[in-house]
Amino acid sequence: MLNRYPLWKYLLILIVCVVGVIYALPNLYPQDPAVQISTTNGSLGSQQLDRVTQALAEDDIQVKSAAMTGNNTALIRLNDAEQQLPARDVVDDVLDGDYTVALNLADSTPSWLTSLSAAPMKLGLDLRGGVHFLLEVDMKAAVEQRLEATASAIRADLRDQRIRYRSTDVDDNALHLEFANAEDRDAARDQISQTFNEFQLENRDEGRRAFLDMTLTEQSIKDIQDYAVQQNLTTIRNRVNELGVSEPLVQRQGPSRIVVELPGVQDTAEAKRIVGATANLEFRLEARPDAPDSETETFPFRNDPQRTATLSRDVIITGDRVSSASQGFDQNGRPQVNINLDGTGGSLMNQATRTNIGRNMAVLYIDHSTETRTVTRDGKQVEERIPTTSRSIISLATVQSALSNRFRITGLDSPTEASELALLLRSGSLAAPIYFVQERTIGPSLGAQNIERGIFSVIVGGLLVIAFMLIRYKAFGVIANAALAVNLVLLIAAMSLLGATLTLPGIAGIVLTLGMAVDANVLIYERIREELRRKTPAQQAIHAGYGRAFTSIVDANLTTLLVAVVLFSIGTGPIKGFAVTLSLGILTSMFTGIVVSRALVNLSIGGKPVKKLWI
Amino acid sequence: MRQFDFMGKRRIAFVVSIVLTIVSIAALALLHLNLGLDFTGGTVVELHYAAVPSLDDIRTLLANSGFENFQVQTFGATDEILVRLQQTFDNDVGNQVVSALSSGGAQIDLIRAEFVGAQVGDQLRDQSGLGMLVALAGVAVYVAFRFQYKFALCAIISLGHDVLIVLGLFALFQWEFDLTVLAGIMAVIGYSLNDTIIVYDRIRENIRLSRSEDLPQIFNEAINQTLSRTLATSGTTLLVLFALFFLGGDMIHNFSISLILGIVAGTFSSVYVAAALLIVFKLERQDLIPVKKEEVEEELP
Repeated sequence: MLNRYPLWKYLLILIVCVVGVIYALPNLYPQDPAVQISTTNGSLGSQQLDRVTQALAEDDIQVKSAAMTGNNTALIRLNDAEQQLPARDVVDDVLDGDYTVALNLADSTPSWLTSLSAAPMKLGLDLRGGVHFLLEVDMKAAVEQRLEATASAIRADLRDQRIRYRSTDVDDNALHLEFANAEDRDAARDQISQTFNEFQLENRDEGRRAFLDMTLTEQSIKDIQDYAVQQNLTTIRNRVNELGVSEPLVQRQGPSRIVVELPGVQDTAEAKRIVGATANLEFRLEARPDAPDSETETFPFRNDPQRTATLSRDVIITGDRVSSASQGFDQNGRPQVNINLDGTGGSLMNQATRTNIGRNMAVLYIDHSTETRTVTRDGKQVEERIPTTSRSIISLATVQSALSNRFRITGLDSPTEASELALLLRSGSLAAPIYFVQERTIGPSLGAQNIERGIFSVIVGGLLVIAFMLIRYKAFGVIANAALAVNLVLLIAAMSLLGATLTLPGIAGIVLTLGMAVDANVLIYERIREELRRKTPAQQAIHAGYGRAFTSIVDANLTTLLVAVVLFSIGTGPIKGFAVTLSLGILTSMFTGIVVSRALVNLSIGGKPVKKLWI
Repeated sequence: MRQFDFMGKRRIAFVVSIVLTIVSIAALALLHLNLGLDFTGGTVVELHYAAVPSLDDIRTLLANSGFENFQVQTFGATDEILVRLQQTFDNDVGNQVVSALSSGGAQIDLIRAEFVGAQVGDQLRDQSGLGMLVALAGVAVYVAFRFQYKFALCAIISLGHDVLIVLGLFALFQWEFDLTVLAGIMAVIGYSLNDTIIVYDRIRENIRLSRSEDLPQIFNEAINQTLSRTLATSGTTLLVLFALFFLGGDMIHNFSISLILGIVAGTFSSVYVAAALLIVFKLERQDLIPVKKEEVEEELP
């Protein structure tokens, strides 16, 4: 019989629709505006929460609920999005110290849906507010830093082997060692080639001076740069987690860039300082008075630049060896940072201090910063970066006894500085300097407005299409509209399931899909009308209409899909969101336009003797 | 049903297309696109108000002082205001904003004035151009594979025509061209292609079915047969786009414009450029008859 589907097909379509409805459903539950509090030192509990809710009540801010969401995080849901900012200010005032207070949108999905792992679509920054950073990793500096570290290691190595060298020098991708004579150089070369195989070694003689040039291979430069980006990614991820932001995004983009998106964060200055901070520590011994100049460096003190001290060039350990760090106060109430070292760090520290009791050890604070200036060169605006590295001593103290893996450092200006230093040491240092090439902030007011308008235009656009189809195709218009509704549900379900981020262009994509989704049905119905004009019997006309339109629909949709995929691959952020919606929309509309609408037709009039079609 | 003689009027249509294309190229060359913050980078000014200000007042004050293309929003606390300007960075712009806004009598501190990613914009620009070319090339390959190379060639010319006209109008009216507009244009490529393929599909079908050698006649029939579908789909799509245009808010205003223009151009071009060009490129029946059978026969002993 024409126009009948076997039962399993109906069931399959029904199942797809039901699944679609379930996974689209969480989007109907509105998200609550909320304030999220988090801390790292474990001092957040119901007591603090009570104080906060009380203070909020005094300020006439309606709290919907306040609850701990984890050991160190609490969520305060509000009734009114307008009160989010004032609420944050209040919470900030009540809790001082080590707390991070961030604006948030909290899901209110009922638990039976959550148990099916159904969740609403994530909202993009343009819809919920937040900050977007694009960071560039300084690849040149990454290589330079590695060379400096290698130079330091080689110096120690040569001294251990009692091979005398004159100086070490770093320039572009190469390390130059100078020796008093060729014998020393050959001995050093033997030693170095064993341990540092990422270099190409070459002898060079200038008069009586003997040099050894160590050049990094192309591959090792690439490896170093790749490592630097990966390492920075990890570090930034750690830091962002310490900020206590909900659903942050830290992602590599291209060979040397990192995207950071912090929804709900409005204080970019703080976020920027923490994310981009390049502070690190070095522990070094004070130089012996008789040490040659080539082995010493002189640095000023941080809180008294007039005072200086001369330190050995060799670094005992750097901040990278810190396994945990926390801020505290010494007996005089001055801020300090308590530090725990990892295994290697502990033994290195122990070795160095054991044999040097009575000497002074310095903690060197290193801060890399870049100044960006825009200069006009050849009539074009060019950005010029001047990297500066400031190194200063924060403390210089006598080694009383052999240190192990736990100790503390003092000499910091303020508790804030101590807690930031502790955070930076905990999260790890950056393997290479980074700088901000883009920064975007979207206020929550703009986001709310965007959502409101977006949804309104989806509704209006949808209604217009529905009216158009009803007028033009009458009874078949009803079927097309039903298919359209299923399409919208499936599209939203697919986006929620895939964890796609809904952005404003994404909403525009949905609206556009609504307009274009009826295309399949239009094509089919026009074919059916044509067949009817040729006096084909009703059932056969339907059959032929669906059959003939099929190749057109597939061809047309596949090419559009191709364009959407290209758009996805070049786009970033919001544009990616648009490409995702468009692609998913094409797929779901092909399914609903061809299969669902056919099933509805078959179900209602298929196999029955029909004289006239309302089309 | 009435039959329109589309192909008979194709010379007039060609003239219209060529004029529009020339105008577009001229507009692009002489006026250039008014690239948005995404592509050029720009300046951000952060302000602190002593008393919570009204955003609308700030907008009016800035507009009166001759600033253009700015966005004003709260930033963190309600008394902190962020102004974004599409203007190359100079050290004084922060102070200019402050003095403009203080003329209303408000107490304002400048917190920062900052330059945002110019080189990112440059890169994005290259990437976007490349992306568009890749999309067109991919489409060409697909159409050549599914139809025939003459179809691919005409489809590409027709798509290029649509993109060029939308870009040209954006340059002519100096509407801001930002990332969303780029997305819109990519969607136009997809949409217009959709239209073109539907027409081509019908042309192919009719050529195979009919015995006539009168290609313009076959084309006319195919276009007339698909006309009501073309109009219905363009109609529904335009309906939702007008909803977006009027209700969607400022951020997707230009996006909707690009699509509305693109869909009008795309509908026109799938009839007149894509189909009519096939005649210019001398499409023949043999181009669509599968050649496989002949080869099989030749191999027979």
